[in-house]
Amino acid sequence: MEKAARRRSFGPLLTVIASVVVLAVAWHLSATLWPSRAFPPPLDVLRVMARETAKGDLPYHLGITLGRVAASFLLAMVIGSAIGIFLGSYPRADRFLDPWVILSLNVPALVVIVLAYIWFGLNEVAAIGAVAFNKIPNVIVTMREGTRALDLRYTDMAKVYRFGPLSRLRHVLLPQLQPYLAAASRSGISLIWKIVLVVELLGRSNGVGFQINLYFQLFDVASILAYTLAFVCVMLLIEFLLVQPLEHTSTRWRRRAA
Amino acid sequence: MNTPQLAGADARLEIEVRHKSFESSKGGSIEVLRDLSFAAEPNEFVCLVGPSGCGKTTTLRLLLGLDRSFEGRIALPGEREPRIGMVFQEPILLPWRTVEENVRLVLPKSLQGKNLDRLFDALGLSGMRAFYPGELSLGLARRAALARALVIEPDLLVLDEPFVSLDEATAQQLRYLLLEIWSAHPTTVLMVTHNLLEAIMLADRIVVLSPRPAHVIGSFLVRVPRQARNAQICSDILRSFRERFPAQS
Repeated sequence: MEKAARRRSFGPLLTVIASVVVLAVAWHLSATLWPSRAFPPPLDVLRVMARETAKGDLPYHLGITLGRVAASFLLAMVIGSAIGIFLGSYPRADRFLDPWVILSLNVPALVVIVLAYIWFGLNEVAAIGAVAFNKIPNVIVTMREGTRALDLRYTDMAKVYRFGPLSRLRHVLLPQLQPYLAAASRSGISLIWKIVLVVELLGRSNGVGFQINLYFQLFDVASILAYTLAFVCVMLLIEFLLVQPLEHTSTRWRRRAA
Repeated sequence: MNTPQLAGADARLEIEVRHKSFESSKGGSIEVLRDLSFAAEPNEFVCLVGPSGCGKTTTLRLLLGLDRSFEGRIALPGEREPRIGMVFQEPILLPWRTVEENVRLVLPKSLQGKNLDRLFDALGLSGMRAFYPGELSLGLARRAALARALVIEPDLLVLDEPFVSLDEATAQQLRYLLLEIWSAHPTTVLMVTHNLLEAIMLADRIVVLSPRPAHVIGSFLVRVPRQARNAQICSDILRSFRERFPAQS
């Protein structure tokens, strides 16, 4: 039975690998058929990647960017969840603050970044704050929805059995909010890592976004693609090695349901 | 606003609600309870019966402290912090915790680390401790809810139709189980039920409520010892109950 399951899980993996190989071959063929400095073949990109890694530049800038992604992600999740849970629990506060949330949802990321740099200076706090601010309204909306959907019967049960605040949070609240947290983190990561590059491009002197800007001015497409690919690969690794296993553990009670 | 008062060890459960109403969302208000008062002696098993929608569950919510907006007074049995074991109409087990975790979570600090083998054994749950509630039948989930209510060694056990929507054989089995455990560890029990035969089989006293706004019409003592309450005697008791309370179906 386990063998069959393993075979089944290998099937999709093979499909993914095949799909990536086909993409790479297509890229290689078209780059060889229409040679251009603006469209280098995949091997050139890999060569740049290896060179930059050996020099230490790529790991350095990648590390800086990942640090910014992590910091703004954490900030956005904590602040957004707190506000979202608050608004979900107090309808009156929600009615008052809802226009603010809608407004901030619709402020373009670029505007937030530019204003943050003008108001707080070209520094790390402004950069990370601007990225987090772009994500917070999304987290608020998702977590507010989750809080509204809380099952009051569990709240009553916890009250009757005198659960402390901590165990109420851990055993009653968070498990119910878990799917919403997962949804918010997922869309959060993918939004944040795109905005971080813009922030770096506009006002930082390191990070993947800064490097891409640099190579844009040199019209060095191979280097741009090298940095992009490295970054995307790291984000995919995080998705497969961190996000998905975590989700699997926290929903295991669902899987076996009768 | 009201807080259930505490009446000290070995005290009675006393409920005196002068008035309780609900505001409807359209602005009107519905009076649910008016001058409802009854008491339960220490270690007495009291069943609360009455027409459906008359406010039995509301009464339970008041004494559990889940609803504090009423006029009146409630005194709970037990020490400073009386422990109330509650079995709701549905089991309300946390689906993301195993049966054992669900039971252990409610343990007060003084009982943490308690050996639960005998409790799980008595309720026939020994093999289910690592199961999630979603993997249990309704009967087993009810047992787990009962285990959770009993594990805290409650000063007051509150049961809200705990055996409803089970097949009769399972329900009867659970009633015997409850009696067995209660006889070994007597405590004050307040149970809401629609099933008069169930009330007659379990209770020391049956408190009968009127339709809304609910008050107590009367109370019916079941004097026959529980061991002697076989099917024949129960239906005799039911007949005399109906003679006194003809409105009760």
